[in-house]
Amino acid sequence: MREGAPMQDVVDFLARRWPQLLELAVEHLLLVLTAVVFATLIGVTIGVLVYRSPPLSSLATSVTSTILTIPSLALFALMVVWVGLGDRSAIIALTAYALLPIVRNTVTGLQEVDPAVSESARGMGLSARSRLLRIDLPLAWPVILTGVRVATMLIVSIAAIAAYIGAGGLGNWIFDGLARRGSVVALPLIISGTLGVVLVAFLLDAFFILVNKLTVPKGLQH
Amino acid sequence: MEFMIQLEKLTKRFPGQMAVDEVSMDIPEGEIVVFVGPSGCGKTTTLKMINRLIEPTSGSIFIDGEDVTHMNPDKLRRRIGYVIQQIGLFPHQTIATNIATVPRALKWDKDRIAARVDELLELVGMDPDVYRDRYPKELSGGQNQRIGVARALAADPAVMLMDEPFGAVDPITRERLQSEFLRLQDEVHKTICFVTHDVDEAIKMGDRIAIFGDDHKIQQFDRPETILSNPENEFVEDFLGSGAALKRLHLRRVRDVDLTSWPAASLDEGRDSLRRKLEEAEGYSFLLLVDDRGRPSRWVSSRDLDRSGEDMSDRGLPAAALVEPQGTLHDALDEMITSNVGCAIVVDKQGVYQGVVDIDTVMTAVNTLREELRGRLAVGSWHAVPSEAVEEARS
Repeated sequence: MREGAPMQDVVDFLARRWPQLLELAVEHLLLVLTAVVFATLIGVTIGVLVYRSPPLSSLATSVTSTILTIPSLALFALMVVWVGLGDRSAIIALTAYALLPIVRNTVTGLQEVDPAVSESARGMGLSARSRLLRIDLPLAWPVILTGVRVATMLIVSIAAIAAYIGAGGLGNWIFDGLARRGSVVALPLIISGTLGVVLVAFLLDAFFILVNKLTVPKGLQH
Repeated sequence: MEFMIQLEKLTKRFPGQMAVDEVSMDIPEGEIVVFVGPSGCGKTTTLKMINRLIEPTSGSIFIDGEDVTHMNPDKLRRRIGYVIQQIGLFPHQTIATNIATVPRALKWDKDRIAARVDELLELVGMDPDVYRDRYPKELSGGQNQRIGVARALAADPAVMLMDEPFGAVDPITRERLQSEFLRLQDEVHKTICFVTHDVDEAIKMGDRIAIFGDDHKIQQFDRPETILSNPENEFVEDFLGSGAALKRLHLRRVRDVDLTSWPAASLDEGRDSLRRKLEEAEGYSFLLLVDDRGRPSRWVSSRDLDRSGEDMSDRGLPAAALVEPQGTLHDALDEMITSNVGCAIVVDKQGVYQGVVDIDTVMTAVNTLREELRGRLAVGSWHAVPSEAVEEARS
């Protein structure tokens, strides 16, 4: 590896290659967001189905946390065997990783709805469906949204590894750098890729603050 | 008499435990029936069986002559107002949306719902323009409880169920809410089942009272004055506790007695005029000052008037101890004891001064009540003999 001023190399590298960085960052962002949307749909559905039953709730939590213990490289490899190389495999794996916080927070959020609110809703003759859609889910939404945000942060970094199975994103540069160990661009590639991931994480976090403002009912905001 | 709610041998057995044992009851239209008793006696379970939040083990429920024991519970509940102690307003919805819950479930059109919401806010004494778009957390406990009542009334149900509705507010607010609710009931004439564990509240609110015992059965179901003067058994007597004479004061409302008119004057009348009025009012050492809208403001004595300056708004003593005409003499006595001047000031709905209740008024009422009851009991026993004879002849 070349000695000298690595930071200067990184700055020069970024000055030359920032359009490409931007492209990879967008790819990364889309990969993460797609997986988060799927995970939210699946996770909230699972949460709604299990939250009334304590045994089912703990089953759902333990299954989704077990997924999280599978090393990401191993899961991506498995997906390649089952589904093949590319985006699809990556999205499936990332969705699976994102489930735990969403399922857990959906269950908690729904269980924490004030019993008096549930009783008055039932006592006024709201059907089970409108109780869920109009009362329980909106009240649990701030907690669910926190789960979605945690899940997103979790898979932003895991998504870097998805580049290994050809899903693109900022992981490309990191793996490139790894492959070109000893060359001048190795370190700038790895550092720029990492910075990009951090940047994407920041952007997503800001996005969730905005979503929170826009979607949490005014009566629940502090 | 028209019965709105009829319970027939209503029974609830939870696994290993009896909750309600063959309760039968006919509740006349437009009356408030209070279920009262020690905890675990089955009063709340009985209430919740009427809207089938708890399904009865056996027995039947009739509402307005219709057997509702097996009808779709959601449809049944939309016909029955429901108010609980913790209120259970939906925190993520505005006051208007909360009130509109049942009308929306019944698919009323938007304009009709909006008009109804405003009407109900007016009815519970809250300005629609101020409160319509607020959220429950922005309101006080008493205001939220009013919204809870408005929400229950939204689709104009004939029947209301109220489970310790005023149990979670402070005593002063509770008394005010009770009186307000009685005034409301004078306008809406609902058939109401009302659960409480507080005997005083039962006597104040109930047209009839059902006392539940530890055996999960009704011990006595009658008008409060009859229960007070003629308890059916030892349990009822113990449950009512001592001080029946004092409790009877709950039976007489302030509007039923002759008010004393205390000398009053306006806050901005000028000292000389006030002094003259106080001198003219023989036997009274205080003058009651009312503000420009006729609401009681201050009590002033001649000493207060002697101090220089024309502004009366912080002279003397604050005119507290207010009761409304719907309040009971018990409320009035309670206020009177804490009052600076020894009487309770009666104000109308808008807070305008009407007169006062003093201790003599209360004593007179106690005496007439006692005589009335004696008279009624005598008449009651006179009638008892022939009706029993009829029963015998029938069987």
